Amino acid sequence: MAKEVLLEVKDLRTEFFSSKKSSVTAVADVSFDINKGEILGLVGESGCGKSVTSLSIMQLLKDTPGKITNGQIILDGVDLVKAPAEEIRKIRGGKMSMIFQEPMSALNPSMRIDKQMIETIRLHSDMTKEQALAHAAEMLKKVGIPDPPRVLKNYPHQLSGGMSQRVMIAMAMSNDPKLLIADEPTTALDVTIQAQILDLMKKIQKEENSSILLITHDLGVVAEMCSRVIVMYAGKIVEEAPVEVLFGNPSHPYTQGLIASVPKLGSGVKVLPSIPGSVPDLASMPEGCRFAPRCKYATDKCRTMNPDLFQIGENHRCRCWLMDK
Amino acid sequence: MGRYVARRLLETIPLMVIISIVVFMFIHLIPGDPAKTLAGVEAPLEEVEAIREELGLNDPLIVQYVNWVKDALKGDLGRSFKSDLPVTELIWSRFQFTIQLVFAGLIWAPFVGIFIGVMCAIKRGTFVDLGGMLFAICGLSAPGFWLGLMGIQFFSVKMGLLPSGGLGTLKHLILPSMVMGTGIMATLARYSRSSMLETLREDYVRTARAKGQREQIVMFRHAFMNSLIQVVTILGLQIGGLLSGSVLTETIFSIPGMGRLLTDSIAYRDYPTIQGILLMFALQYVLINLIVDVLYGVINPKIRYD
Ligand SMILES: Nc1ncnc2c1ncn2[C@@H]1O[C@H](COP(=O)(O)OP(=O)(O)O)[C@@H](O)[C@H]1O
Ligand code: SF4
Ligand SMILES: [Mg+2]
Repeated sequence: MAKEVLLEVKDLRTEFFSSKKSSVTAVADVSFDINKGEILGLVGESGCGKSVTSLSIMQLLKDTPGKITNGQIILDGVDLVKAPAEEIRKIRGGKMSMIFQEPMSALNPSMRIDKQMIETIRLHSDMTKEQALAHAAEMLKKVGIPDPPRVLKNYPHQLSGGMSQRVMIAMAMSNDPKLLIADEPTTALDVTIQAQILDLMKKIQKEENSSILLITHDLGVVAEMCSRVIVMYAGKIVEEAPVEVLFGNPSHPYTQGLIASVPKLGSGVKVLPSIPGSVPDLASMPEGCRFAPRCKYATDKCRTMNPDLFQIGENHRCRCWLMDK
Repeated sequence: MGRYVARRLLETIPLMVIISIVVFMFIHLIPGDPAKTLAGVEAPLEEVEAIREELGLNDPLIVQYVNWVKDALKGDLGRSFKSDLPVTELIWSRFQFTIQLVFAGLIWAPFVGIFIGVMCAIKRGTFVDLGGMLFAICGLSAPGFWLGLMGIQFFSVKMGLLPSGGLGTLKHLILPSMVMGTGIMATLARYSRSSMLETLREDYVRTARAKGQREQIVMFRHAFMNSLIQVVTILGLQIGGLLSGSVLTETIFSIPGMGRLLTDSIAYRDYPTIQGILLMFALQYVLINLIVDVLYGVINPKIRYD
C-alpha cells in the first residue's frame, strides 16, 4: 500500500524572541511527514518542544513571542509558513484542527456550547444556523455524549473535564479535518476517562480515515494508539521509527532511557530507572549532542559535534554518534 | 436569569433594614437634643416639650422606628428644620441636579476608558499603548478640583466658550462632565488593559483562532467579552465614587445639588434633611450594587448558574 503524505515538515526552526535581536531556539532541524490515515506519535519529556512544534504547524504562535525562522510546513501542497493569514484561517478548523491539554480552559466560559460549535461549523461551511445546530448535535452523539440537546445548552463550567474534551473533539472534527493535532489530550484527565477519550479518538480516526498527530509524554499511550513515533529531546528529533521497532529496538540512549522508565506489568521491579539529570535550558544548550550531559555513552566527539539524524533502517532514524557506521 | 435577579433583590432586604436602623438611630446618637435645637436656645421648656411631643420623641424607640419606617415607605421623611419643606421634596429638587452630573460623567467615561484600555492591550508595547497609558496616568493623577478650575480658566475665562458654573443647557454640563468622568475613564482604561491582556493569554482565545475565526472577532467576542467580567466590578466601585465626587463638582461649578444641600443642612443642624440625604445615598449604593451584580450575571454565566 503506497503511503500518501498529508503533511510535510521540513527543517522547522522556531525561536522565542525576548527582544528584536535576542532569542532562544525552542525547536530546530525538525523534519517529518504525516501520512494519510495514520496516527503519528510525538513523545518527549515536558519542555522538549512538542507544543511549540504543534503550534508552529497550526500557525498559532502569533500571540506569543515565538516565530518560525526557518523551514516549510506543507499541507496538501500549501506551505503554511508562507501562506497569507486569510488562507491559514480557512485551513484552521477546516482541513486541520487541534485539541489541547486543558479542555476546561479551552472552551469560552461565557458562551454556550451550541454557540461555540455553530461558530466553528459555520466558519467553514454555508450551513444555516439550524443546520449547523443539527450537525453539532450529530457530532456530540458521535463522540459519545448521551444527551446532546442538553449539553448544547450548557456553559463550559457545567461540564466535566472528560465531557469538555469530548466537546472539543466534536468541535475539532465537525468540519471533516484531514489532520487532527492533539496536544496531550488526556494528560489533564482521570485515568479511566483517558482510556475512553483515546478509544474515541481511535474510533473516529478509523471512521473518517483522517490523520492524527498525537502528542504525549506517555509511552503507554503511544504503544496503544500510534503506528509511528517521533521522539524529541531538547527541541530536536532524536529518533523516529514504527512503533514496534521503537519498543523492540530503541536505538537512541534517550529513547532507551524513556522506555526503561515505563513500569511493566508484573515485572516486579519496584524502583524504576529514571534518566539522571534534566532537560537543558534553552538559553544554554550544550554544544554537540544535546543529550550528552545525561548520556552514559557520551564521548568527546559527542560533546563537541552535533550528530546527524542517521538512517539506520527502513523508516528508522536516530540522532546519535553510536549509529554512525 | 429571572431567578438570579429575584434572589439578588431578596438579598438586599436585610441590608436595607440595617441601613434604615442606622439612619434612624443617627438622630438619637448625635449629642444635643433635636427638639431644643429646633426650638432655639432661648425657647421656654414648655415649647421644647411641645415640639418633642409633636415629633414623637417621647415614644419608646421601637415605636418611633416603626412609625418612621412606615412614613418613609410612604415617601414622608419629615420636614426640614430649616425651610419647613417636606424633606422628600427638598431632596428631589436637588437630586435632579446631582443625577445630571452623574449621567454627564457616565455617558462617556466608561466607554472611552474601556476603549483606550482594550486598544492598549491589543497594541501592547507600541506607541499606541504607551500614549494611552500615559493619558490614563495623567487622568488618574489630576485632582478633580484642579481639572475643574483649569477648565474654567481656559474654556470660560480665556476663550469664553463655556459657562463657568450653574446648570441649564448642555453647554453647562460639558466642564462638570469632564471633572466627573476623568477619574473613571482613567481607572477603567488601566483595568481594562490589564484584564484584556489577561484574557488574551487564555486557552479559549487560542481555541478561537484554532477554529479559523477572524482576528477581529477573536478579539471582540472571545477576548473582550470575557475581559469585561473584571471591568464591571471596578465600574461598580467607581460609580459609588461618582456620587461622592459630585459634592466637589457641585462646589466648583456652583450647582445646587445634593452635595450642597448636605453641607448646608449640616451647618444648620437640619437633622431630618441630613437623615433623608443619608438614606438616599445608602439607597443609591444598594441600587448600584444591584445593577452591577445583575450586569455581572449577564456576562458571567458561572455566577448566574450557581
Ligand atoms: N510563549 C513562550 N515564550 C517563551 N518560551 C516558550 C514559550 N512557549 C514555550 N516556550 C519554550 O519552548 C520550550 C518548549 O516548550 P513546549 O513546546 O511547550 O514543551 P512541551 O514539549 O512540554 O510541549 C520550553 O523550553 C519553553 O520554555
Ligand atoms: S551522540 Fe553521544 S551523547 Fe548523544 S546520545 Fe549518542 S552517545 Fe549519547
Ligand atoms: Mg506541551
